[in-house]
Amino acid sequence: MQVNKITDYLWEIPPTEKEGMRVPARIYASEKLLKEMDDGVFEQITNVACLPGIQKYALCMPDGHWGYGFPIGGVAAFSLQDGVISPGGIGFDINCGMRLIRTDLTKADVQPRLKDLLNVLFNKVPAGVGAKGFVKIERKEMAEVMTRGVNWCIKKGYGWAQDRDRIEGDGCLPGGDPSHVSQHAVERGVGQLGTLGSGNHYLEIQVASNENIYDEKLARALGIFGQDQVVVMVHCGSRGFGHQIATDYLRVFDSAMKKYGITVRDRQLACVPFRSPEGQAYYSAMACAANMAFANRQVITHRIREAFSQVFNEDAERLGLETIYDVAHNVAKIETYEMDGKPTELLVHRKGSTRSFGPGRTEIPTLYRDWGQPVIVGGSMETGSYLCIGTQKAETETFGSTMHGSGRTMSRHAAKRMVRGTDLQRRMEEHGILVKAVSMSGLAEEAGAAYKNISEVVDTMDAVGVSKKIVQLKPIGNIKG
Amino acid sequence: MTQGYTFLEDRVISDLAFEATGDTPAELFQAAGLALFEGMADTGRLQPRVRKEIRLRHAQIDQLLHDWLSELIYLKDAAGLLFGEFSVQLNQNTEWNLVATVKGEPIDPKRHALRADAKGVTYHQFEVVQTETGGWKARVVVDI
Repeated sequence: MQVNKITDYLWEIPPTEKEGMRVPARIYASEKLLKEMDDGVFEQITNVACLPGIQKYALCMPDGHWGYGFPIGGVAAFSLQDGVISPGGIGFDINCGMRLIRTDLTKADVQPRLKDLLNVLFNKVPAGVGAKGFVKIERKEMAEVMTRGVNWCIKKGYGWAQDRDRIEGDGCLPGGDPSHVSQHAVERGVGQLGTLGSGNHYLEIQVASNENIYDEKLARALGIFGQDQVVVMVHCGSRGFGHQIATDYLRVFDSAMKKYGITVRDRQLACVPFRSPEGQAYYSAMACAANMAFANRQVITHRIREAFSQVFNEDAERLGLETIYDVAHNVAKIETYEMDGKPTELLVHRKGSTRSFGPGRTEIPTLYRDWGQPVIVGGSMETGSYLCIGTQKAETETFGSTMHGSGRTMSRHAAKRMVRGTDLQRRMEEHGILVKAVSMSGLAEEAGAAYKNISEVVDTMDAVGVSKKIVQLKPIGNIKG
Repeated sequence: MTQGYTFLEDRVISDLAFEATGDTPAELFQAAGLALFEGMADTGRLQPRVRKEIRLRHAQIDQLLHDWLSELIYLKDAAGLLFGEFSVQLNQNTEWNLVATVKGEPIDPKRHALRADAKGVTYHQFEVVQTETGGWKARVVVDI
């Protein structure tokens, strides 16, 4: 496949490379990252470029790797009038995302009690196959979670009012209608609020050191003062609830495509017109799942506050456990972009990609509007993570999108062949990172070597000017499913 | 072709892929069910303490297999159960009819050596085929 170099960090596959491509496919990557990308990325991003109503480019971020339908790291914007919506552009884990919570504590405060803290967190935030949360709600109340997201949590006492101001879209994606959600989805999700799940999901205690701060002014504006400050990062999504909605609608779309005369190169790219009854029903159900995911991360935040309060014998408020931000990196959203000189509403699919709006966008909470949207980038549990900020350039170049993590390079089997979970746990402890995991084989699958170098990924988008680095965060404790 | 399954190592970067086989469609479905749960836990440690009956039907056998595995994943979350025994009856009239009894027990992280949670069954490289020797074979990729 012909891949043309546009700049040192941008590569383009022209529409002549595959029959049916409506727009070019563009990949953001350093030369090294591009070479490391699996063949699936090139195949899948050019498949995305064939979808009806796609605008300008099919995009892949530097953490891109093979996914289902879209590659992970895939971004595509569609016309609301004649474009499509595809569950393959959002993922099974709808509104999988990241939350970052600050504290006033330092590594010196936490290190002596880290083991206790992890034990308490491990009990308070259930993880792994089939884990159930502490929140007991009736199915009827689940409808409120689906439509109100974090607002429901705050009403129930699982959050502070100011949390809402520090979440993408105020923690509630409008348009959720429970009548479009199956009973199966409700039954899968009703007991899972406040749970992490498994795979690459985690809860991590991290440290922000002075030498890892790239922009002191912005770091302070976001609540990061450095000096080995402790922060907490959470990576999870809508659990079985969202997975079931994806399953249900993939099935619906798989058969509905014929009716709309749509053919796709990959069954997993099943899609229907956004304005069709099926498209509107899925968007509505997806919003319900997005709201469940916001609520899930909020309930987990509540439990994190309880855990810190218990271990440090102090109110969470006094410990400064404020939400810094919460981002969705598997979602489709209606956003306005300038197209041919006119403001135009588009449906932007981000699958393993974070919104990266620059200063001034009204979608950004007032608190951060002068600076841009905070971008939380989760790395592997061995290598660390980043907090970045969006830019106006993102809006003109990438439909306001940037990377979401480091991106896998190695299969789960290969990772397990390389290292045993218990050995990895010991090695990480030697490097000052304590790990508690439900599954030792699951732990081995998430070894740092199974992922790309996160700094290279983040540096790529920093160099392009789509998102700017603020601080790198280094792990000292990790909880995994 | 006897009932069984093989995990397809390195077929997918971040997920779980397997090939299931059987002399009959029913055996194929049983093997695929076991492979699904072996991906999530050590099924050898499961006791058949809880029993569930599943009834499904579909005109296409591949979509029926998709539905069958999706139903098992649903029960894993909704009922909090892991299954290690699968007894499937399949009949084809105007469409395929499935009646199955599955046995297992509530998820116990202390006893079941949990592995990766299954989110859903994908359509990626998904297929059910009848082999030249008359047996049945399926390839399945599960999102985890």
